[in-house]
Amino acid sequence: MSQSEIPTREVAQRVYASELQESTYSFKESDDDRAPVYTLLPSGEKANRVFVVGTLTEVEDIGNDEEYLRGRVVGPTGTFYVYTGQYQPEATATLRTLEPPAYVAVVGKPRHYETDDGETLISIRPESINVVDTDTRDRWVAETAERTIERIEHFDEASDEYNNMAREQYGEDLSSVKDSVIKALLSLEESDPNADTDSDTSEDADADHSAEAETEAEPDAAESTGVSTDAGSEATSETEV
Amino acid sequence: MAEIQTHAAEISDQFEEHLDLSTDQVAERLDKLVGEYKLPLDEAKRSVRNSYMNEAGIERDDMASGGGENDEVLVNTIDQDEQWVDITVKVVDLWEPRSDSISQVGLVGDESGRTKFVSFTTSELPLLEEGKSYQLENVVTDEYKGDYSVKLNRTTEITELEEDVEVGDSNVTVTGSLVDIQSGSGLIKRCPHEDCTRVLKNKRCSEHGDVEGEFDLRIKAVFDDGNEVRDVIFNKEATVELTGITLEDAKQKAMEAVDTSVVAEEMREDLVGRYFTVTGPELGRYLLGNEFAESRSVENADELLIKARSL
Repeated sequence: MSQSEIPTREVAQRVYASELQESTYSFKESDDDRAPVYTLLPSGEKANRVFVVGTLTEVEDIGNDEEYLRGRVVGPTGTFYVYTGQYQPEATATLRTLEPPAYVAVVGKPRHYETDDGETLISIRPESINVVDTDTRDRWVAETAERTIERIEHFDEASDEYNNMAREQYGEDLSSVKDSVIKALLSLEESDPNADTDSDTSEDADADHSAEAETEAEPDAAESTGVSTDAGSEATSETEV
Repeated sequence: MAEIQTHAAEISDQFEEHLDLSTDQVAERLDKLVGEYKLPLDEAKRSVRNSYMNEAGIERDDMASGGGENDEVLVNTIDQDEQWVDITVKVVDLWEPRSDSISQVGLVGDESGRTKFVSFTTSELPLLEEGKSYQLENVVTDEYKGDYSVKLNRTTEITELEEDVEVGDSNVTVTGSLVDIQSGSGLIKRCPHEDCTRVLKNKRCSEHGDVEGEFDLRIKAVFDDGNEVRDVIFNKEATVELTGITLEDAKQKAMEAVDTSVVAEEMREDLVGRYFTVTGPELGRYLLGNEFAESRSVENADELLIKARSL
């Protein structure tokens, strides 16, 4: 699947759903038809590939003649939409057989789609979809926090062309990106460390223990951001498509 | 230029049996390279030596380069092909030679790291023992696709040492998500020809054509931490440990499906998306995944939260 990428394979960016949804600008770096398409993240990085982990909550066949599946992969900050059809046979086969809810890891390419109202929606065309466990999901949330913090810290670097591009396209304000990091990290503290590590128990894994305990740092702030618990499902809904 | 004279004498001595060289003659050539062409002395000597070797029609291995005059080097400083050097090392690992022409192959190391070494049958050298330390004088550096190794040869002087040479850690550790498994993974067939371990494609070896291949297991994995991509190869042992699938299991699965690719598919399904910490030596663009553990815990969430809030 990746033999055309011998020179350098594109890094899979770690990005939360909320930031990816804001990444409406895409571009190419050469005129070549086959040149990679990059999605510009508001925090000043280009993404040709992403790696995301979340709860698969729903799979729907939205194809007409051909099978075309849409999966909703929900994380602490929102929903990733994964679209897969006949050209991604492996991912399609996986998605077809999965029983939501399940934690899944998705490697794929961001795709942009413009609605009739001129709104740009971002989805992921998967290269692979795999069932993973709770620990892997938590690991991803923390890792994505780390990478996102790195991008935010680096955003002041005026010599970086993607920072400049992002400023131009989306403006200077990264507060929503910062908020998403905090929200995501708080969701980790709220999840029960002793939760069942079976891969498909996202819905019932939380509950009892939740909020209290290990918020040594600033217990008030943890409460005050008003984030509800839940490793997955709820935070999504109001989003489009 | 007394120094040049000394080196010239050394070179003319080396060629005593082969060419009739006067010290002055050699010195003149050295002087020209050093004086006029500003070559470092080492390079000049090398160049002069090589040209005399051509003239005499002799191979490097047939030549005593005059032990003791080489630079004593640390193994990880070797970055040039065909240098005569001395090293003081411990034998870290001995591998199964793939060919009768090789008497020993393995890894030697010093404080700076490790490097591969090869000793040829024709050199008739005493065998090195794993775990013992030696001074190896007069070994030749070798380069293959950017990786360096040392070759022992007939003129190599092996001195076993009393003291133990401490071997530095040249392993690399990566932590990341296993984001892809590349073609050529799972149940593969290798060319059975001596000294050839090429992986067959469509039952063909790129060197030996159609052959009856030998089954093996391996995984060529792509690790990605969001900043960097690393290619990691897991050999048979590592693959079995990682997947729980033995060579026998794999053959069985392939036979049932009448398709070897089911093995890689199963591994892909099992592994992709998971986080691992992998440690091993680097081999060109690959890291050999000799040691690994699933990286599961989140230890820095509090720290990250403090950082995020302070942004």
